[in-house]
Amino acid sequence: MLPTTLGPWLDYTINGLVIGNIYALLAVGLALIFGVSHLINFAHGSVYMVGAYIGWLCVTKLALPLPVTFVTVAAGCGLLGAVIERVGLRPLRNAPRIAPLLATIGLSVVLDQSAQLLFSPDPRALPTQLPTWRIAIGGGSIGALDLLIAGVGIGSAGLLYGFLRFTKLGWAVRATALDRDAAQQCGVDVDKVNRTVFAIASALGGVSGLLVGMYYNTIDPNMGFQAGLKGIVAQLIGGVGNVPGAIAGSLLLGLIESYGIALFGTSYRNLFAFVALILILVLRPNGLFARARRLPPEPLTGTFIAPSRPLVLPKWAVWALAAAALALPLVVQQPYLLQTLGNAWLYALLALSLTLVAGTVGQVSLGHAGLLAIGAYASSLLALDAGVPVLLAVPLAGLVAAALGTALVYPAFRLRGHYVSIATLAVGEIVTLVILNWESLTRGPIGVTGIPPLSVAGKPLVSGQWVYWVPLVVLLAFAALQSRLLNSHLGRTLRAIREDDVAARSYGVDLNRYKGLAFAVAGFIAGVGGALMAHFYSYINHETFPAPVSMLALTMVILGGLGNVAGAVLGAAVLVGLPELFRAAAEYRMLIYGVVLLLLIRFRPQGLLGTV
Amino acid sequence: MADQLKNSLPKKPLLEIAGLTRHFGGLTAVNGLSLTVGQGELVSVIGPNGAGKTTLFNLISGLDAPDAGSVTFEGRDVTGLSAERLAALGLARSFQHGRVFGNLSVLDNVLVGAHTRLRAVKPRIPLVGPLVELALALIRPPSVRAEEERLRAEAKEIVRMFGERLTPRLDKPAHSLSYANRRRVEIARALALHPRLLLLDEPTAGMNPTETAEMLEIIRGLKARGLTILLIEHKLDLVMQLSDRVVVMDHGARIAEGLPAAVASDPAVIEAYLGHKAVGAANQDTGQDTGQDGDAAVPVRIAH
Ligand SMILES: Nc1ncnc2c1ncn2[C@@H]1O[C@H](COP(=O)(O)OP(=O)(O)OP(=O)(O)O)[C@@H](O)[C@H]1O
Ligand SMILES: [Mg+2]
Repeated sequence: MLPTTLGPWLDYTINGLVIGNIYALLAVGLALIFGVSHLINFAHGSVYMVGAYIGWLCVTKLALPLPVTFVTVAAGCGLLGAVIERVGLRPLRNAPRIAPLLATIGLSVVLDQSAQLLFSPDPRALPTQLPTWRIAIGGGSIGALDLLIAGVGIGSAGLLYGFLRFTKLGWAVRATALDRDAAQQCGVDVDKVNRTVFAIASALGGVSGLLVGMYYNTIDPNMGFQAGLKGIVAQLIGGVGNVPGAIAGSLLLGLIESYGIALFGTSYRNLFAFVALILILVLRPNGLFARARRLPPEPLTGTFIAPSRPLVLPKWAVWALAAAALALPLVVQQPYLLQTLGNAWLYALLALSLTLVAGTVGQVSLGHAGLLAIGAYASSLLALDAGVPVLLAVPLAGLVAAALGTALVYPAFRLRGHYVSIATLAVGEIVTLVILNWESLTRGPIGVTGIPPLSVAGKPLVSGQWVYWVPLVVLLAFAALQSRLLNSHLGRTLRAIREDDVAARSYGVDLNRYKGLAFAVAGFIAGVGGALMAHFYSYINHETFPAPVSMLALTMVILGGLGNVAGAVLGAAVLVGLPELFRAAAEYRMLIYGVVLLLLIRFRPQGLLGTV
Repeated sequence: MADQLKNSLPKKPLLEIAGLTRHFGGLTAVNGLSLTVGQGELVSVIGPNGAGKTTLFNLISGLDAPDAGSVTFEGRDVTGLSAERLAALGLARSFQHGRVFGNLSVLDNVLVGAHTRLRAVKPRIPLVGPLVELALALIRPPSVRAEEERLRAEAKEIVRMFGERLTPRLDKPAHSLSYANRRRVEIARALALHPRLLLLDEPTAGMNPTETAEMLEIIRGLKARGLTILLIEHKLDLVMQLSDRVVVMDHGARIAEGLPAAVASDPAVIEAYLGHKAVGAANQDTGQDTGQDGDAAVPVRIAH
């Protein structure tokens, strides 16, 4: 299987550099944006996808010549970038630091879903009009497209260098990146700088999408997610905000992936990137090229979560609502309605879990669906392959998710703010990739079929009422436990970590211990939720709990109010229940979630019931 | 004078710092600093802006690790120990720019200060310790409930020290407090730890004269109770009234040490302050934390 002559290796090297070049176009943009606005732009991958689609329109519908296509893509995406900055980020300038991060996530969901609605989720071919010759060198070969990509990469780097070095605006960009406040005081129009940087970064990102589309001759509306992540990884390897570092990091990442594929096969491709990401975050959080250890800048107090006054439901109201929810199947008998609400309660378990880590402890996890997946697989496989009774398999799956989830996120405990989000996102992806590749255990891409339903005394609980009642009872139990936890000394300790981890440490709060506790409890709740889902769905695969589920969970949590137990339940009921009840077409649902997320961040960041 | 100084040094030092050094890139923020604080003593650290006082506190309290030198606390070498371990050993600090837990109530802020004293957090065995703590928090046996009640009562008692300033606001979130009140919450939180050594970083920054006078009385009270305090302060009259000894820092190094009055007339000290700031608008009492500058001009008064 391993190539023994030099030729294939040369090909892998060329391929790695070409892909690295494409990542560089993304990573440079991300680095520029981080430089001026200290933001990791999660919408960048979506801009890349939009670039590919604009290119597709130019090539297949308008039959424009290649150079015109490039200019159109760059201009279109540049404009999009400016719009993103204007509507998505500028209004949040004085908001807590979590807000712009969430806004870019919301924007990315909206862009991806819009593309899916406009162009259908199916992949499309993006043919190049380039000649198909290849130059043979030393056993390998280089094609015209490879050269074009290299040319565009080097050309853009040159243009960017010239811009930053020799123009007035470029000087302003560099000044802003160095010290935003000082630049502003010197009369630099920081808004203009931000707009320009977003436009340039997005133009580069769009061109990158176009090139990738041509390279693989296929594009699809979800191509941006992975690519955006790769850009972030490349940028982190080079050190955030470091433009030359981003280029070096990208080439390195391209090579790592290319050689990795050569050694282990294509299906592992993304795994290398994410494992590299975790390693970098843990071992060299300032990037490969940073030197001295640095302290986090002061002060960080209260910059992450908005101050708020939560709405506290009186005890009797909580009891009344719980009783009403429990009694509902006695009044309402439509199986469809009960099933929908049952599903909402299952998602509420996920929201409950996420609101503990993201809300109470302030570790905004973007890979929470991974915990569902672990729980679902653990319970199904325990029941199917180990013959464990389902009733026992479910709590065991909770324990597995608690242990595994905590262990996987453990290396990221030393990270703060946006880095936690990136690391958890990567962990979520790693979970999916491992499920996909560890065929002997998980059955790989085929998925797990014939998962036995939950049953008591040999009687399967599959009818409408049980599909409603079981999740609800489990949910109420966990909600009660979590409230009890938050009322104990642990509640204030966990929240102290969120508010100011430095001050918390100074008062003896061991961050690892409490983050570990929170993730373990959260892992248990989400694991049980995932296990229940598996036994109700009877079939799962690696795509049952995709990354958008994590985003959905985050939207629920923010809708309800960060850290708010009742809010998490409410958020899940609203976001899963309402679209279903109003029969909103399934394909619009994610778009609705994205828009809801954006509106919340802008107009009601504390959510419906308030941050606790 | 040397004799006098020797006599005022208590027998048993609580904190001993030797040759402490911290570089930030090319800058040496703390440079071979040595210092002792005796049991029950109140030692002030003064010096112009950027002298390295806060960095010194960070090194002592374990938020930052020194490049060289040692810190000994109660005869035990604690150099490079983490902040959470030092807190457990009885070291509490306040922060120059105020770091309260914004969305926690005043009472909860103070209770976090008592964190290290909770019995539930004591077992430090990996895995088992946290699980026991979780179980105790969920089951809440009578002993845990009694402890919590006791700590709550004590926290309220501590808050009462600040008179009517904080007591009516016990259940208010800390972000709703005035700047001066947040500083008070910080001190209350530090006291809840039952510190063996209290580090105060400019506790009166941003306070008006009335509030400063109140704070002076409170610190005086703490000292009378036998608490050992290391104080950073720009307001010199306060330093003069409270300190047993004063250490003057400049460019990371100790340039003078001694009784308050002696230090105030030390030419090297005056030089250090004058060298840094022209004599000018002293804004000691504007009640606003101007962050960096401003306060530095104040000590020039001692040159009169
Ligand atoms: N994390 C850091 N990274 C780089 N330089 C730092 C860092 N912390 C402090 N410094 C520098 O070290 C020097 C000492 O700072 P420090 O905050 O200790 O001074 P200070 O005496 O507390 O001043 P002030 O009276 O203004 O509070 C300053 O020049 C400061 O810029
Ligand atoms: Mg200071």
